[in-house]
Amino acid sequence: MFEYAPAPESRSVVDIKPSYGLFVDGTFVDPTDGGSFKSINPASEEVLAEIAEAGSQDVDRAVRAARKAYEKVWGPMPGRDRAKYLFRIARLIQERSRELAVLESLDNGKPIKESRDVDVPLVAAHFFYYAGWADKLDHAGFGPAPRPLGVAAQVIPWNFPLLMLAWKIAPALAAGNTVVLKPAETTPLTALLFAEICQQADLPAGVVNIVTGAGDTGRALVEHPGVDKVAFTGSTEVGKAIARAVAGTRKKLTLELGGKAANIVFDDAPVDQAVEGIVNGIFFNQGHVCCAGSRLLVQESVADRVLESLKRRMAQLRVGDPLDKNTDIGAINSAAQLERIRELSEAGAAEGAERWSPACELPDRGFWFAPTIFTGVTQAHRIAREEIFGPVLSVLTFRTPAEAVEKANNTPYGLSAGIWTDKGSRILWLADRLRAGVVWANTFNKFDPTSPFGGYKESGYGREGGRHGLEAYLNV
Amino acid sequence: MSERVAVRKTYKLFIGGKFPRSESGRSYIVQDSNVVLASRKDARDAVVAARAAVKGWAGATAYNRGQILYRVAEMLEGRREQFVALGVPADEIDAAIDRWVWYAGWSDKLPQVYGGANPVAGPYFNLSAPEPTGVVAVAAPEAPALLGLVSVIAPAIVTGNTVVVAASPAQPLPAVTLAEVLATSDLPGGVVNILTGRITETVPTLAAHMDVNAIDLTGVSDAELAAELEVKAAENLKRVLRPAPAGHDWFADPGLARMTTLLETKTVWHPKGV
Repeated sequence: MFEYAPAPESRSVVDIKPSYGLFVDGTFVDPTDGGSFKSINPASEEVLAEIAEAGSQDVDRAVRAARKAYEKVWGPMPGRDRAKYLFRIARLIQERSRELAVLESLDNGKPIKESRDVDVPLVAAHFFYYAGWADKLDHAGFGPAPRPLGVAAQVIPWNFPLLMLAWKIAPALAAGNTVVLKPAETTPLTALLFAEICQQADLPAGVVNIVTGAGDTGRALVEHPGVDKVAFTGSTEVGKAIARAVAGTRKKLTLELGGKAANIVFDDAPVDQAVEGIVNGIFFNQGHVCCAGSRLLVQESVADRVLESLKRRMAQLRVGDPLDKNTDIGAINSAAQLERIRELSEAGAAEGAERWSPACELPDRGFWFAPTIFTGVTQAHRIAREEIFGPVLSVLTFRTPAEAVEKANNTPYGLSAGIWTDKGSRILWLADRLRAGVVWANTFNKFDPTSPFGGYKESGYGREGGRHGLEAYLNV
Repeated sequence: MSERVAVRKTYKLFIGGKFPRSESGRSYIVQDSNVVLASRKDARDAVVAARAAVKGWAGATAYNRGQILYRVAEMLEGRREQFVALGVPADEIDAAIDRWVWYAGWSDKLPQVYGGANPVAGPYFNLSAPEPTGVVAVAAPEAPALLGLVSVIAPAIVTGNTVVVAASPAQPLPAVTLAEVLATSDLPGGVVNILTGRITETVPTLAAHMDVNAIDLTGVSDAELAAELEVKAAENLKRVLRPAPAGHDWFADPGLARMTTLLETKTVWHPKGV
């Protein structure tokens, strides 16, 4: 590998306060019981800030503020004006994009080139897209004058903190709802900076409320009787608990949960392109991606060639400082997640799969995991069945297209899938048979605000993005 | 000369295109007839039949499914006297027939109305299309027995799902008679399966069944039971249609939600290039 000089992005653009309160009714407030937790930089374990922990009274306050804003301001406001606030927010995100990208990489551990070139641009695009819907809901195909639901409770994960916030807040507000959002406890900082952006945009108080905290805060929020809508992105286990918690209520529920996507490579696929796609599919964002291509299904006749090329490519991946512009793989988001990746990887080796990683020097401090592949994996192995949510790829082989379909669908998940082949009719044949909400053919991990995203089976229900994404926030 | 003795009908279940009795051998008296009291095992057998029918029905062309649903309307029109004899009001029969016709037309239009090309910001072909979720369990409304039943079956199957329906326990005869209509409409066996008996016996089994993809609780009027069923359904994240509000007008325009809740949206990306 070429020696590159360090090229770190400056963090001086970001002004992190020593402590943050909850964002309720347009202002930052202290939590009632004064609880707090720390958010750290996973690349160095340095404490970034002290974050308020919302208890049930704080959640109640936030829901009341959202209700008041819904009834008095946001609900009655013409769509045309809601649109202008959302456009304003989109512009502010573009203007402050450097700050947001650096803060996201600091708090999450993802490489700056991803937060700068993927996350933040998609966030701005998402607000821009849904802004335009706010005054066109009559034409969205849900009948004349569709109504908002009211107050939306939204709980998001730590893998794309700001992007998941955008996926939740933009369609909710466009449709005329107000929101109470809980970011993940390991990555609250960009949500709090977003709260400042809402202030800067003069968004009416109470339309967006941000309550920070962990599982208990999330539970208090989704179980609050004053919310009309629950939207959750996260693990399938928690998603099921939420589905049980809202059973028998009027709350509309959408869930975007785990995945174990098959990335299927046929013998006629251009190997170099496929290898780029495999690498992007599993190592993008350290593999902390619910739609990651974590099961490589490669046709037996080209398996050796593909694997040889994949290993050569993996040896070129740069693991290290998330703020370095040359970094391909940043830090694992938390000690707990690192432990889970280690545990499953050890199970993979113990169950008989063969483990390989390139020679790779990892920093002393922080949470790191070298890009890893397992070959000789069977469908019964835990690493072929459970979501690892890390830079770990399980490689399986197949002989016929029918066998590829069988293996790809042999999972309770159904979020995404990849197909690599030069034959167009085979792509369409296979796409019809894959039980997955997003199928990437000769590409992978592409996202766009106009393109609906969401799963089949135990990957959840409802779609985010596109015209479909409005449905989750309308009374239709 | 003695008066002719009438041939009475035996009312049975409808599973996999056949009319079996319950494996439990039980029946109950309702509407002056013996009607099968379906067991939990019957419910599971019906799921097996419904699952087996998914591939062919979901894989049929939209044109073909539309023609078959229209054929159901034709057969129902021809057999309307049977429903009159069961006490179904004429305007309800009219509405039920018209509802089949309405849904028949949706088969090849919903994918156009509910899906389409997405203008992504890059050189990609990107298309979203709806697909059936799979096997749907349905608790049919207690009343109106015919129109309510048609209004929950048609939106589920028109898009390619197959169903296991628990008929109204108090008025099961229109359901069994509708099964005879379906059996003569070129509808493949197993696409619609109808169970008679107690909701409390069959529907909890269906709600907890891991090979059922969605559940329609429309006919569950007991709020506590409906909540319990929704909790069971969460085990494999079934798509849920919640109970209809009391006083729901079954004659009104049904809208799209019954169809769309039982659909998955699949989005396919492909790069453009030379």
